[in-house]
Amino acid sequence: MNRIAIKMLVGDVAKYFGILLGITFAALLITQQSSIFVGLMSRTYAFVADTSLPDIWVTDPEVKYIDELEPMQSTALDRVRGVPDVQWAVPMYKAVLRGRLQNGTFRSVIVVGLDDATLIGGPPKMVEGDLGDLRRADGVILDVVSARTRLARYSAYDAQGNPAKDAERIPMAVGDTLQINDRRAVVVGLCEVTRTFQSQPVIYTTYTRALSFAPPERKQMSLILAKAADGVDPTALSDRITATTSLRARTAEQMQWDTILYYLKNTGIPINFGIAVLLGFLVGVAIAGQTFYNFTLDNLRYFGALKAMGGSTWLLLRMVLLQALLAGAIGYGLGVGLAALFGIQAGGTELAFRMTWHIPAISAAAVALICALSSLVSMIKVIRLEPAVVFRG
Amino acid sequence: MAEAKAFAVRTHGVTKVFGRGAAAVHALRGIELEVPWGELVMLVGPSGCGKTTLISILAGILDRTEGECQVLGVDPQHLRQSTRTRWRGENVGFVFQQFNLIPALTAAENVAVPLLLLGHPRRKAIAAAEAQLERVGIADKRKVRPTQLSGGQQQRVAIARALVHEPRFVVCDEPTSALDADNGQIVMGLLAEIAMRGDRALVVVTHDARIFHFADRIVRMDDGLVAGVRTQTADRTLKLHSHQP
Repeated sequence: MNRIAIKMLVGDVAKYFGILLGITFAALLITQQSSIFVGLMSRTYAFVADTSLPDIWVTDPEVKYIDELEPMQSTALDRVRGVPDVQWAVPMYKAVLRGRLQNGTFRSVIVVGLDDATLIGGPPKMVEGDLGDLRRADGVILDVVSARTRLARYSAYDAQGNPAKDAERIPMAVGDTLQINDRRAVVVGLCEVTRTFQSQPVIYTTYTRALSFAPPERKQMSLILAKAADGVDPTALSDRITATTSLRARTAEQMQWDTILYYLKNTGIPINFGIAVLLGFLVGVAIAGQTFYNFTLDNLRYFGALKAMGGSTWLLLRMVLLQALLAGAIGYGLGVGLAALFGIQAGGTELAFRMTWHIPAISAAAVALICALSSLVSMIKVIRLEPAVVFRG
Repeated sequence: MAEAKAFAVRTHGVTKVFGRGAAAVHALRGIELEVPWGELVMLVGPSGCGKTTLISILAGILDRTEGECQVLGVDPQHLRQSTRTRWRGENVGFVFQQFNLIPALTAAENVAVPLLLLGHPRRKAIAAAEAQLERVGIADKRKVRPTQLSGGQQQRVAIARALVHEPRFVVCDEPTSALDADNGQIVMGLLAEIAMRGDRALVVVTHDARIFHFADRIVRMDDGLVAGVRTQTADRTLKLHSHQP
């Protein structure tokens, strides 16, 4: 009877595609929106993830997440280095400063100052030049995407200072200069970084030079990057650093989660994406449920005939369930497949998209729920169906 | 006991009330009916007189309110639900006014449904269905879907489906009402020819006086009661208007 159930489902092509459309749309929307959400959330901690060498990130105790750093006194570095089992600890500067491009326009840029001696905390991948080039006079390294986009200049401008109609975009390149807080900086290299949440250009330089770019303040050290000695648990060590220095030490993973949770709690992102995902779910339930219910109603007299001819209620329920599961599985496959295609197309663009294994799993659960809800009403109808209905015309 | 065995169906004082209180509808008011083995009995009467309600009770798909009912030696209402479903599947064949053929299935698959419901392997069920289609004269339509068949052909498929599992009791609800006169004759002729055996009984609900001659017994119903029973010698020859069936 399974084959008959499947034939009944696919036999009515219009309704079959209606059911598939509903489930596919729901799976697509849930998967795609969740992937964009995860992609965006991944960008919030991109800076931490890109900096792979240190185990522990030490900040001022008031710091809640990576994008809002409260500067510390330089003596904090010695206190961290003094904690047993700390293999090494280096300072880092990180702040949003104002950059002025060659064409006179201003851009907010994230300036990252690396320890002069070790250059620990540098970009994950160089595209042009070498990290050591930072030691050259006024040297800075730009992220390559920003060099091509936000920091690029145009071949011609109109009277209002906007790019002329047919102007060509000229990426910022090695050898170009810009000013950061009125201090000259020379591009000595281009690097690849994971896009940040605010998508601001990232500029790497040495710690000392970063301080010279920064406005004068009593405290200037944003972060201390530390490494646990071999065999020492970073979590335990970060707890000890916190306890003995009165600073806030977090492992890289903890820092990432602090940042994600901050954005989740303090921005409307989860609500907005949650609404989109919920809408996808509801639309899926509405379309798939309605179409499936109509499908069952249309087939009710056949189910009645089957019941009269000796089909048990359980058998009919199994048929309805099989139809729902089959439509759900195909719709889910199509939806997740389309979302994956969308992700592939979005690769290398501004769009944040990250489909972790959890997302298809969540989608599958949502589609299963949609199918369950859709078929539930139909099942109730079948359970209550009197076989005598077949004689009522 | 011997007398009871002479009848495939025997009812006494069967009533059926739909609804309650002021809204109660008395569909059957005390039906006395006997259907001997090997007979084709027609239930006739005006609309709303209770014919369909009665065959629903006889076929075990509707519970009576009061009275006694023995069908093939058992009271279907006293069987457990699952046993009753099984009993129906094994012993009762149905022919519906609107055929109720599943549009997505071929003629052979539709005919095979009762066997599949009884758990027969698909291959055997389809083979039996094709043989049955041959008996009703449309073997060449076995792979055709119902929507591509004429009304007469669809009813032949329905008859094949009703008989494929060799039921001992066949109920037909207005089997010719959706057919023209000639097709009505052909369908009834097939039913009478294939279904009628000494160990089988057929109850046909109909308004169609043109097929009365097929019956061994005509039970006239009115207002939920048996108003009269006419026994006759059945004439199973087709009364065709045209020469091309």
